Amino acid sequence: MSALLLRDLRLAFRAGGGFGLGLAFFLIVTVLVPFAVGPETALLSRIAPGILWLGALLACLLSLDRILALDFEDGSLDLIATAPLPLEAVAVVKALAHWLTTGLPLVLAAPVLGLLMSLPGPGYLWLTLSLALGTPALSVIGTFGAALTVGIKRGGLLLSLLVLPLYVPTLIFGAEVARRGAQGLDPQAPLLLLAGITCGTIALLPFASAAVLRVNLR
Amino acid sequence: MGSIWEYANPRKFMATTDVVLPWVAALAGIALVVGLAWGFFLTPDDYRQGSTVKIIYLHVPSALMAINTWLMMLVASLIWLVRRHHVSALAARAAAPVGAVMTLIALVTGAIWGQPMWGTWWAWDPRLTSFLILFLFYLGYIALWAAIDNDDAAADLTSVLCIVGSVFAILSRYAVNFWNQGLHQGASLSLDKEENVADVFYQPLLVCIAGFVLLFLALVLLRTRTEIRARRMRALLARERMG
Amino acid sequence: MMPELGKYAGAVLSAYGASLALLAALVVASLWRARRVKRALDRVEARRDGTA
Repeated sequence: MSALLLRDLRLAFRAGGGFGLGLAFFLIVTVLVPFAVGPETALLSRIAPGILWLGALLACLLSLDRILALDFEDGSLDLIATAPLPLEAVAVVKALAHWLTTGLPLVLAAPVLGLLMSLPGPGYLWLTLSLALGTPALSVIGTFGAALTVGIKRGGLLLSLLVLPLYVPTLIFGAEVARRGAQGLDPQAPLLLLAGITCGTIALLPFASAAVLRVNLR
Repeated sequence: MGSIWEYANPRKFMATTDVVLPWVAALAGIALVVGLAWGFFLTPDDYRQGSTVKIIYLHVPSALMAINTWLMMLVASLIWLVRRHHVSALAARAAAPVGAVMTLIALVTGAIWGQPMWGTWWAWDPRLTSFLILFLFYLGYIALWAAIDNDDAAADLTSVLCIVGSVFAILSRYAVNFWNQGLHQGASLSLDKEENVADVFYQPLLVCIAGFVLLFLALVLLRTRTEIRARRMRALLARERMG
Repeated sequence: MMPELGKYAGAVLSAYGASLALLAALVVASLWRARRVKRALDRVEARRDGTA
């Protein structure tokens, strides 16, 4: 398992591996939003939590088809599947690798970009916390979507369409935590629900991803 | 009359539906015409909603069918995954566009009703939002079926998507409730029309619901027959190329 | 015969019009595809019976 994880991480960091693509997209979204809605500080700080969450989610979405597509094309996915490692574990490792290369950088970059969006003081802690809790769910759900569409040529659009409605609960609760935190309200309820979604998806979705991968590799 | 599983045999299914389908279609037509005409011409206006109350005869049945179609697809998907009956998988495939259209009708009639009543075409009301998400689920499901060439693989993948999607649809429903209460502090727009529907409106509404159910049944039978034929044709063509 | 729809006539009529149009489109599309697939299958089966 750790060998597979290390391999995926090394591939991602190598030039052209797509590391930083998500980060760059996140940066672009947050830099462009003020140009679109106007530079008013009050407005920006009010929509900052939502925009930052949306940016992170879209950055995640953008990098999903890299989770499995390249391995499928060059045949290494077949090799991995025939290895003694169960496919459920492969799905977990793939999701973890995606989170480490995409989700974690987004979490770390969010406070800096919050500065650009004039996020209110208490919001930084809650934004970072909600992203840290929520992005693993985005990676796991995204791995399921990638597993569904792995055999399809030019499946990128389909992948987005499939994953989009699955992301809704995570986005709602995650953005709600950040919003309440930024406004000084009590974010405990959405925080717990967000944690529940993340734990639930991590526990259950790899089984679905593995089942779907098995169909696609048959 | 044997067990229900006999209809998992495509031949048996085709033979039976060949007889049943015209009756179901005729009944659906009658119920729809009677129900809608009754509702449109013969019911009084509501004292608050005026004549817009007539939209209920389209809105409520289509909304009901939008949800129940997904339920039927879920059951059919489970049957396919457990018992590998092709008819079941094809029925789920056949039902999806019907469900999508029902969702669209519910959304459109809701928007048209909301415009004079709420003063807006669209409000991010929990129910409206849930239906929009449901519509996205239908689109994704249909697109996935269309994207995969291998029939069995497509049936497997869409079945898993349907199950996972069902869980997330329920999750979204509660998430959306939570989210909008967070915005409006509970004082939101109520769509609970059923609460105070009088008998004058209720009876034609029941006929309309029956009509929509029958129409759904007729369409699914027809479309399942089409899918069975299409599948057989693909199999025959593949055999021709082989030999 | 036309009932008095009052000031909401536009809303009611457009709701009925849009819904019935959508339903009709769905029915017509289903029937059209059913007929097309049936004809294509018949052709393939006839060809198979001919060669077999």
